[in-house]
Amino acid sequence: MTLAAVRGPLVHRMSSALYLHPRLFLLLLLAPPLLWLGIIYLGSLLALLLQSFFYIDDFSGNIIREFSMATYGQLFTMANADVFIRTATMAAAVTIAAALIAFPVAYYMVRHASMRMKAVLYLAVMLPLWSSYLVRVYAWKLILAKEGIVTWFAQQLHLTWLLDAVLSIPVIGGPSLSTSYIGSFLVFLYIWLPFMILPIVAALERVPSSLTEASADLGATPRETFRKVILPLAFPGVVAGSIFTFSLTLGDYIIPGIIGNSRPFIGQAVYQLQGTAGNIPLAAAFTVVPVAIMAIYLLVARRYGAFDAL
Amino acid sequence: MQQKKTAVRFDGVARHFGEVRAVDDVSFEIGDGEFFSMLGPSGSGKTTCLRLIAGFEQPDAGHIAVHGVNVEGVPPYERDVNTVFQDYALFPHMTVSENVEYGLMIRKVAPAERRRRSREMLALVKLEAMGERKPNQLSGGQRQRVALARALINRPGVLLLDEPLGALDLKLREQMQEELKSLQRQVGITFVYVTHDQNEALAMSDRLAVFNHGRIEQIGAPAEIYEHPATAFVAGFVGVSNICEGGLAQRLSGNAQPFAIRPEKITMTAANEPVPEGWLSVTGQVRAVTYHGATTRYAVALDDGGELAVMRQNDSGGRPAAAAGESVRLAWPRALNQLLGGAA
Amino acid sequence: MGPSMRSEGGRAGGKAGLPLKLAAAAGVLFLHVPLFFIILYAFSTDDKSFVFPLPGLTTRWFAVAWEREDIRAALSLSLQVATISTLLAMILGTLAAAAVWRSRFFGREAISLLLILPIALPGIITGISLRSAFNLAGIPFSFWTIVIGHATFCIVVVYNNVLARFRRSSPALIEASMDLGANGFQTFRYVVLPGIATALLAGGMLAFALSFDEVIVTTFTAGQQTTLPIWMLSELVRPRQRPVTNVVAVFVIAVTFIPILLAFYLTRDTHEVAGSGK
Repeated sequence: MTLAAVRGPLVHRMSSALYLHPRLFLLLLLAPPLLWLGIIYLGSLLALLLQSFFYIDDFSGNIIREFSMATYGQLFTMANADVFIRTATMAAAVTIAAALIAFPVAYYMVRHASMRMKAVLYLAVMLPLWSSYLVRVYAWKLILAKEGIVTWFAQQLHLTWLLDAVLSIPVIGGPSLSTSYIGSFLVFLYIWLPFMILPIVAALERVPSSLTEASADLGATPRETFRKVILPLAFPGVVAGSIFTFSLTLGDYIIPGIIGNSRPFIGQAVYQLQGTAGNIPLAAAFTVVPVAIMAIYLLVARRYGAFDAL
Repeated sequence: MQQKKTAVRFDGVARHFGEVRAVDDVSFEIGDGEFFSMLGPSGSGKTTCLRLIAGFEQPDAGHIAVHGVNVEGVPPYERDVNTVFQDYALFPHMTVSENVEYGLMIRKVAPAERRRRSREMLALVKLEAMGERKPNQLSGGQRQRVALARALINRPGVLLLDEPLGALDLKLREQMQEELKSLQRQVGITFVYVTHDQNEALAMSDRLAVFNHGRIEQIGAPAEIYEHPATAFVAGFVGVSNICEGGLAQRLSGNAQPFAIRPEKITMTAANEPVPEGWLSVTGQVRAVTYHGATTRYAVALDDGGELAVMRQNDSGGRPAAAAGESVRLAWPRALNQLLGGAA
Repeated sequence: MGPSMRSEGGRAGGKAGLPLKLAAAAGVLFLHVPLFFIILYAFSTDDKSFVFPLPGLTTRWFAVAWEREDIRAALSLSLQVATISTLLAMILGTLAAAAVWRSRFFGREAISLLLILPIALPGIITGISLRSAFNLAGIPFSFWTIVIGHATFCIVVVYNNVLARFRRSSPALIEASMDLGANGFQTFRYVVLPGIATALLAGGMLAFALSFDEVIVTTFTAGQQTTLPIWMLSELVRPRQRPVTNVVAVFVIAVTFIPILLAFYLTRDTHEVAGSGK
């Protein structure tokens, strides 16, 4: 039985054409996703960037579609600088705290947990990550409510004075946990924590145990081994995680809106500007700031090897 | 050219990958029903030639014909050729039977007929009971047989085998070599076999081609290649050989023509033994003795410079014929010199 | 981004110190205890505040939630959006993964970066960009604008899973199939597709969960439509019947829990899970 007879059908000939012209095949494979992302996504990003060079006419409230740096001039005022500093500071605080909490979890998972335990822990970290963001924020709203769980615990443990002391710390305190920076900080930390844990786990796994054994063999104490061998090698994972925590905090507008005082973060400012104010150019200009910050952050992170740890 | 049918024919075939000339102006013919091997080191072009026959590569120049049909531009699924891959490439999500029947299934052979033929095939490769297993439940040798059955069931005009025994251990490999050879005789299909193991090639082939840097250095029957290598490369690659050139050749044979002499063809005697008429001879000191079970190898440093390797069978109780440091005389008939073409 | 279950690196074995164990346990508990409280509050009899301890327990809110038209409509919309976005993402993601795996072409890394951007940049940026682009193009906000936004950031989830699976497979399988007489389409159907099936499914499950939960981009690309997260956001800002919100939250936890578990089991044996983070 020869194969020569099986030539005819169109499908067959199309297949041969693609087989013999691999570049055409590649083009066909790439075209749909590239076109989709290029036109829809990149296109809109560019449109937004373009809008930041337009400006709003003060009298009519209309967007004037002419190239101008006026909007950027408006961006860099004292009031707005406040917003940037507030958001960046929060992002930094969340990042550091997340790293401190995530590291022991990741360390235990990789170096001390049994296979089974590790799978359980991995799942335990993954589930909150993928499950509803809003639900998780909501959970904190009820935990931090003035009449809620935290207050009750404080009362039971006779630590109300501690709670009040914390709330009366200037700047970050407030009338209640759910209307203070401390509250926002806690929620940010909670929501982004898995993003910090997973890259650290990945980085720690890449440290072969032969290295720590060699270190011990050469006379280092466990603490020295940790400080000089494990920590430096796991650091790219921390940096990779920090990319997420920092970037996500920079752009978030929901969490500070639900839990926090009413002073706006970048995300909220953007939301307000493009919403009722209709000031798309300024909103667009605002978004350029976190993008620029992240671009710099990413360049620095790259040097620390974070991209290999992703 | 001949009346005998040609299974595969290469005509000035070339294939480049950027700067690298993987196959460089190669021409040869494989006769119908032959067991033909392509032998050479890694990167010599033998595997590329196999893939050219199969259709996974297209030639940049020249013509390839399978049973008289030109196959440039013909995709693999339209060629009357089947391949046994180096890592077997069994479909992991199918059972052994489904793997074997795959080619028939594609060609829409009826299920009952497929099953009958796959059972036949599995019996041929001695795996009757394994039909329902998955590939990851088989050993390497068993997988290899499934791959063989999967290819042969389609009764291809030519069967290509890409170093199929590489992953097996020595004993199994030798056993499979015998089985493959007898299988080929049984089914009568042309086998084209790629290997870097010259023992394998010598043992199994009707004819073989020695590849080097994208070209064929020599084609012929195994004995021909071994006893009369055309170039220094062939002499050195197929079996072990002493390559004598330049000054050494002049001293040993009286002229500057390079030649090779196989270590097992050299006799080794005490330094003062007489030498028969017409034999070449030279004296030296044994530098090293290596025991290889059936044979022993001696590295002999010649008195006037240079070194020759000698191999003797251990047919007398395992004691070496000479010890390190001993002075010996090496001699061999001039006729056994393998003259090498031109300068090596 | 996912640990292998049989890593060479890392394990020191042996006992961890108590402080380490406590710290790790505290971290994991920190992640999960809040969710427990949500579930608890779904049974509270108090619908005006978040007082603790709970004044009483009841299950009536579940029935109430089921009766509410707005919740049912939002749920239905969320499910439809998630389904279609996931399907689109599965097709586009697989095509991209196949292209990147098969060939070495100029700009390969750029493609990966492009695919990850929708998820890497803060949602508000993606949201505003799409919104103003739709405005400029004169496209009215509708079900389809939501789907377009969702599909865009779901592509990378499927892409990562499928690419990881491709990378673990052998190109020889495709050659073997063709060698045995199957053309490209048949090879895809009988050899390639079964090979990536579980990874594709896992990616799809994750994309579904991602889409089902998404609120920021959705807010910007929806017209009058309300998905479940949008509903929930408005409840968070202006609560009506708090325990009902909790019931919906419990439901959402369950609905996203299941695809994640499934995705985990589907890819567990093959050592890649869940692509990169959100």
